[in-house]
Amino acid sequence: MTELVANLRGEARWLVQDTITMSWRNLVITTRTPELLTFVTIQPIMFVLLFVYVFGGAIQTGGSYTDFLMPGIIIQTVLFGTSQTAVGLADDLSKGIVDRYRSLPMARSAVIAGRVVGDMARNVLVVFVMLAVGLAIGFRFHGGVAGAIAMPFYAIFFSLAFHFVMAYFGARVGTVESANVVTFLVIFPITFLSSAFVPVETMPGWLQPVAENNPMTYGVDTARAMSQGGEVAENLLFSIAWIVGITVVFAPLAVYQYRKAS
Amino acid sequence: MATIEVENISKNYGKIEALKNVSLTVEQGAVLGMLGPNGAGKTTLVKILSSLIKPTAGRASVAGFDVVNETRQVRSNIGLAGQSAAVDENLTGRENLYLVARLYHLDKDTSRRRAGELLEQFNLVESGDRAVKTYSGGMRRRLDLGASLVAEPPVLFLDEPTTGLDPRSRNELWDVIRSLVQGGTTVLLTTQYLEEADQLADSISVIDQGSLIAQGTASELKQRAGSEFISVQSQELDQVSKTVGVMRRFSTEEPTVTQHDRRVTVSVTDGSALLASVVRELDAEGVAVTDLSMRQPTLDDVFLALTGRTAVESETDGSEDGAADD
Repeated sequence: MTELVANLRGEARWLVQDTITMSWRNLVITTRTPELLTFVTIQPIMFVLLFVYVFGGAIQTGGSYTDFLMPGIIIQTVLFGTSQTAVGLADDLSKGIVDRYRSLPMARSAVIAGRVVGDMARNVLVVFVMLAVGLAIGFRFHGGVAGAIAMPFYAIFFSLAFHFVMAYFGARVGTVESANVVTFLVIFPITFLSSAFVPVETMPGWLQPVAENNPMTYGVDTARAMSQGGEVAENLLFSIAWIVGITVVFAPLAVYQYRKAS
Repeated sequence: MATIEVENISKNYGKIEALKNVSLTVEQGAVLGMLGPNGAGKTTLVKILSSLIKPTAGRASVAGFDVVNETRQVRSNIGLAGQSAAVDENLTGRENLYLVARLYHLDKDTSRRRAGELLEQFNLVESGDRAVKTYSGGMRRRLDLGASLVAEPPVLFLDEPTTGLDPRSRNELWDVIRSLVQGGTTVLLTTQYLEEADQLADSISVIDQGSLIAQGTASELKQRAGSEFISVQSQELDQVSKTVGVMRRFSTEEPTVTQHDRRVTVSVTDGSALLASVVRELDAEGVAVTDLSMRQPTLDDVFLALTGRTAVESETDGSEDGAADD
């Protein structure tokens, strides 16, 4: 028991510093991997342009489709960004660099936390690139200054929960290839079975409850209300409940799975 | 108290017994060479001692700390290099060392200084600011070894530090390890190379299929092989059988023949006393000799004497239960 307490105390003592160190490592690697940066910025821009110009004409939202789409696609993009957490962690695990970390007197959960913080920081860049592209093709804020400022930061905060979900899967599968498959299978249904691209009312009746109770829908509706006006408080409350709930479950699971895998 | 103490350690992976009741001690400042083929359990032991995995049974301590219950203290006192450690491909050499220093909780200035010192010590200054993915195998190993020394740990685990290196890089790394040992670091070194254990270690433990089968200094182990070898190379192929006939007279054991270089080797008990008679009898039989030599047994011969197999043969045996080592 005293050993457990001593271990937890050591873990807590170094968690913050080691998380900063590991985040630094992950950010440096991101800047050294141009194809990764290109992928995370080009892909969302492509999505914006395809949806606005290809699907936009066919989807009726009772207003500008660009205004409807942008909050949704920003939430979708940060969610796609979380897949890098699974892939990056699986990559570290498969390369044996984790044996180096495990032989060091560092806080073990800092490997997960540093990965999450580093990946979230990259998402900040992506969100602002997307906003710039959106504004260039006609997206406008209609929900007041506070909402306009809050929306991008909310989007990044929303991704927190899913970084931990992805960290869990990344540690669980342990190879980059499997991580890619798993993240695709998790993220695709979550993003498309939501209010991100189309109004939920246009879906078949049996599917609507699924979409309405998807945490993604709460996230998108919150971002949409912040940028376009509307009911922020209720959506925000529900989405925070989802984010906290998922994080509380998956952050310890991810750390547990990482310890088991390495 | 010895710096490394291992008492009856066993490790099972399912049905595979990677380690069976291994006990050993390494005194402070000593270098123990753990010699054995692939799959013998060397890496498993290093992983247990560096607190990466837990033993199934038994106990072990490093620098006075229990490897199961006092992992954090163990990790503050050890460095790990070799096949079970790694460096970050996308970071530069300097960044790798700095990262490890920070994770040992050295402050930023000290971390920067240590990174610089180690680049110098390991002859990596010029490539220090290049990404590690551009490094050669030898440079990576040197950096890996450097990373394990960042915090100047009193105990060092080197897990097959030169496997896969060309002879020149191997010699360079040996020099580095020798200088470390002079600094008083306690080292446990695993290797498949008999020569490497002989070169670097004060004492050698031979491990095979999860069990320690012999312990001693290099010369003690050589004595266990029990003899010297006389080796004769004849000029013509048709003289080989005549040579074998002569050599049989000097030994109770059957000579071994390698056809491609027409060489006949036999183990004898008092080689230097027999050498003159061997020459006379070969001459009397009319064998034209191009090379005649007497040699002490190598550790390869020791391994053969201890296990009845050569290290290379058991390497293929070991690959079947490769889980034990990889």
